[in-house]
Amino acid sequence: MENKIRSLRMEHISKRFPGVLASDDISISVGEGEVLALVGENGAGKTTLMNILMGLYQPDEGRILINDEEVRFRGPEDAFRAGLGMVHQTYMLVPSMTVTENIALGYKKAWKHMHLDLAAVRSRVVEISERYGLAVNPDAYIWQLSVGEQQKVELVKTLCLGAKFLILDEPTSALTPQEVDELIVLLHKMTEELSIIFISHKLQEVKALSNKVTILRHGKVVFSGNTDDYSSQEIAAKMTGHEIVLPKNQGNPSNDEVALSIRDLVVMSDRKTTALDHLSLDIHSGEIVGLAGVSGNGQRELAEAINGLRKVESGSISFYGKEIAGCTPREVINEGMGYIPEERNTEGIVPAFSIKENFILKDVSSAPFSKGGFLDGKKIDSTAESLVERFDVRCPGISTAAGSLSGGNIQKVILAREIERRPKFLVAVYPTRGLDMGAVEFIHQELLAIREKGIGILLISEELDEIMDLSDRIAVIYKGSIQRVLDKAEATRERLGILMAGVKEE
Amino acid sequence: MIDIITNMLSMCIPFSVALLLASIGEMFNQRAGVFNLGCEGVMAMGAFVGMLIPFMAGGGGAVSEWYNFLGFAAAALLGALFGLFFGVVTVTFRAPQGIAGIGLQMFGVGTAGTLFRHFVGGTQSIPGIPDIDIPLLSDIPFFGDVLFSHNAVAYLAYIFIPVAWYILFKTPWGLKVRAVGTNPRAADSMGINVSRTRYEALMLGGALAGLAGAYLSIAQAKMFSDTLISGRGFIAVALVYFGHWHPAQIMGGALLFTLAQTFQTIVQSMGISFPYELAVMLPYILVIVVLSFTSRNQTTAPVSLGKPFNREIRT
Amino acid sequence: MTKGFRIAFKSVIILLSVLAALLMASVILWMIGADVSATFYTICIEPLTRMLHISEVLIRAIPLCIIALGISVAYRSGIINIGAEGQMAMGLLAFTGVALAFPDVPRPLLLPLALIASMIGGGVWGFIPGILKAKLNVSELLSTVMLNYIAAQFYSLCLRTIYLDPAEQVYGTGTPQSMRLTENVWLGRITGRLHYGIIIALVLAVLIFILMWKTSVGFKMRASGSGARAARYGGISVGFYVAASMVISGAFAGLAGGVELAGVHRRAIEGITNNYGFSGVVVALFGGLHPFGIIPASFFFGLMIYGSTLAPSKVGVPANIVQVMQGIIIIVIVTAQMVLSNTYFQDRVWRKFQALRKKGA
Repeated sequence: MENKIRSLRMEHISKRFPGVLASDDISISVGEGEVLALVGENGAGKTTLMNILMGLYQPDEGRILINDEEVRFRGPEDAFRAGLGMVHQTYMLVPSMTVTENIALGYKKAWKHMHLDLAAVRSRVVEISERYGLAVNPDAYIWQLSVGEQQKVELVKTLCLGAKFLILDEPTSALTPQEVDELIVLLHKMTEELSIIFISHKLQEVKALSNKVTILRHGKVVFSGNTDDYSSQEIAAKMTGHEIVLPKNQGNPSNDEVALSIRDLVVMSDRKTTALDHLSLDIHSGEIVGLAGVSGNGQRELAEAINGLRKVESGSISFYGKEIAGCTPREVINEGMGYIPEERNTEGIVPAFSIKENFILKDVSSAPFSKGGFLDGKKIDSTAESLVERFDVRCPGISTAAGSLSGGNIQKVILAREIERRPKFLVAVYPTRGLDMGAVEFIHQELLAIREKGIGILLISEELDEIMDLSDRIAVIYKGSIQRVLDKAEATRERLGILMAGVKEE
Repeated sequence: MIDIITNMLSMCIPFSVALLLASIGEMFNQRAGVFNLGCEGVMAMGAFVGMLIPFMAGGGGAVSEWYNFLGFAAAALLGALFGLFFGVVTVTFRAPQGIAGIGLQMFGVGTAGTLFRHFVGGTQSIPGIPDIDIPLLSDIPFFGDVLFSHNAVAYLAYIFIPVAWYILFKTPWGLKVRAVGTNPRAADSMGINVSRTRYEALMLGGALAGLAGAYLSIAQAKMFSDTLISGRGFIAVALVYFGHWHPAQIMGGALLFTLAQTFQTIVQSMGISFPYELAVMLPYILVIVVLSFTSRNQTTAPVSLGKPFNREIRT
Repeated sequence: MTKGFRIAFKSVIILLSVLAALLMASVILWMIGADVSATFYTICIEPLTRMLHISEVLIRAIPLCIIALGISVAYRSGIINIGAEGQMAMGLLAFTGVALAFPDVPRPLLLPLALIASMIGGGVWGFIPGILKAKLNVSELLSTVMLNYIAAQFYSLCLRTIYLDPAEQVYGTGTPQSMRLTENVWLGRITGRLHYGIIIALVLAVLIFILMWKTSVGFKMRASGSGARAARYGGISVGFYVAASMVISGAFAGLAGGVELAGVHRRAIEGITNNYGFSGVVVALFGGLHPFGIIPASFFFGLMIYGSTLAPSKVGVPANIVQVMQGIIIIVIVTAQMVLSNTYFQDRVWRKFQALRKKGA
């Protein structure tokens, strides 16, 4: 029964979604024991292609061949049966169930008619995790696990289901540099038995792990070749289609005045556990402080606490000398705080509202948009027109629903609103997550420009490159407190990675 | 005094059956991620059909037990059909569940009332089903009356609680239901048909709501009227929150609410001059109080409750 | 995708929805052996054939319109108010209380006072689920239904006790109703039983339009409804606006009760609310949650409600049929809306359509 996958080919795959051709005549092929890196910018169509391979989407055109025989996957269970397994970028785990139960969902051998043989699943989990050296506790609930542990569960899951061909979608995005290294070692070992396709836009990993690379852009294959024959720079250029050099923070910080001073801040998470544990941090005006850390270490809670969106248990947040801990979001906004929230679609904009309505979301009851409680339609329109132009928001018109725009344009709407309000400080959370390079470049330029105007910025990001490019100083957060604050000059990837993993220096 | 307490408690079990069945049904719906506020309407339809069959057979007089059984069976079938219909609306067409449920409730209550007026006319009673005294156990003083001399359906309903628990936590189907209600995308990626599972849960939930309605008309009131259900369907939905989506806790809730409902009977039987209306209000007030103090921060909550799923539509 | 296709797609969906609704209602009618077309004629056309009927239709449209306006405000603010039935009952009680307490105050003072009292009565009853939703996240769908039952019982209790007409005690008939209210709280009549409440309803529709689309308060309410999280992040106190919208919604339902008493019944009796609270939800949805859609919608449902009262005698169909139809209409509307807004489905149909055209060519 152990019929190996000696070759896998996808030929002339096309898939259309409303308004976009997500896959446009794409062909790829992977041989036995090979690692194919599928590279491309956000929105290039990598995930769509892999979802088609797993039977989650049906292609409009094209075919899939395994060992030169055409296969048709009507759903993921067909793909499992053929020996494919995928670790999705957002983990596909049910948080309220245990590791064993999660794996039982796909492990049909344990599905007796009126009974679920969890013991059999559990022993299979133990067997696989020992064989591959993936330590997971089969009885833990998913919600108790860290991001890195959940990824191990995902790997164990695909292996339990008999995967002989592994698809990994951005497997390193939530890991520390050291965890990334461990993963690469592990995957190298696995290639003795398996073939792998892995999606990434980080070129170091592509170079470290893959033999072959296929680059997608706007749903098309723009390049295929052997990884070793090309340098990272060449691959990067092919990925974006043109030379993009992201701007870097080169100025010296003015360092005059403390804008935001956080002292011993304690905040609870949604699960009523301690999210911020006596966190202290100072940020000056005209300075960008990058907050590095594995997501889930209190970044979201910090941003929300500063903006009055989360209850402060103890400690203080002083904003230009004024205490804002315990203020309402409105009061914090009125003090001159700007905020680019994490979830741009649900926290940054009201999706059903038009672009112009989203521009005035924070100022709807103050002049010049409101007079005596009545809205000034003309003023709102003219402001919106000028913002759309200045921030290059690509849209059919200012009355278009903001939710129908692309991610990059939504982020521009948010950025325009926040900058136009002339804040004294800006909290930017994952400002470029999921955006293409053009939009990233634009947003980085804008952030650096407002820094020049003397505005302090707290930049929260999971992209170390972004943090290292933009920050004057870098603070590393771990389990709700600041491990250490490094100057731009002393920060290296390795050093940050060690701090992010919770290892104390000295 | 002890008589009154015995009396009150002995009413508790049979009177709680309708709430219990409907809530367990709603629990399956919600565990699968669908909030069915139409429960009230499905119960009304079940109650009507359940009473119609023995009524037609006996014209209000004595009938063979088989007709009562047939009444229950028809009510369950009809309930499952309503569940299926609600599935088409909320799962396939992805309509917002809260307001669609209100529509289903109006449709069910209205249809039951319309058909009742046509086929039955006015207040007509049916013989109902007899209580069964369990040998020996029913002779135990106090407990015998409270626990062991009820009708067969009441016993079955209580036996169903551990069965429901087993289905939910120990069978592959239960695993699927819990997965699609919490993270449908994950379930989908594991090859589980989310829509189908939700349909199945809705049909089971509907069948149980239909049975609950039939119990009210056949076993409890032994008649049908427009006000027979009077909010029990909505209380059943509230009980699911109160019971944290767990069969045993839902049972506790059902008994608590039944106690509140029997309060009115007790007041009357004791001859206290307490306004009847205030006693009737009690369970409704209790629902609001209980919902206000039920903790919102639960790890058991099916977090995708109310969210339609489609593989290709990302929200 | 061409514009013509989009219009055609929309029209076909709407047509199919109407057909589905008619089909479902017909099945129920067929089950009770009624003449389907005659029933539809009696309910939807016949009331339009005589002036007297039309005024009766309008009388029913008035409370529907006022209630639906309030419900649309709440709905747009993210809270579904199905408690208008109870809020209306509380409005009736407050109105009656004022009228019974101050029978001698002159009309220019007493009528507005009583109407304001009815708004306060309904507003308080709307505030409860509003604040419970805002502060404790209690599902308004459940709390408002419960409050309906509580209000109904409370209403009966009052009619049986403190409001009971002394004459009923004397004659011993025991009908739970209040005495005829003082003329100082009556609304004048235009023709037949049609009263000036119709003007109130129309003025309120304009006011709601201005509130929701021309003021910052309305903006904040709509923001709270369409994207509560983003609204909160934007400094809008969502809880406050949700609760406020429920107070407005409740006050409108209460006012509908007051207007109904002042214009039609002029004494508190059982059955005044007449399911208007639930019908109001249907009217609000059918009117697209917009004041200028609600006005014609309330006329249409006034027609159906009045028509259904003719049905038992004319075609032998129980009046409950109107509830059946309303249930169907809600389900069909929300379903059709989802289909219309589903761009994925629309796109798929478009491609099928194109493929067919290619084949044909």
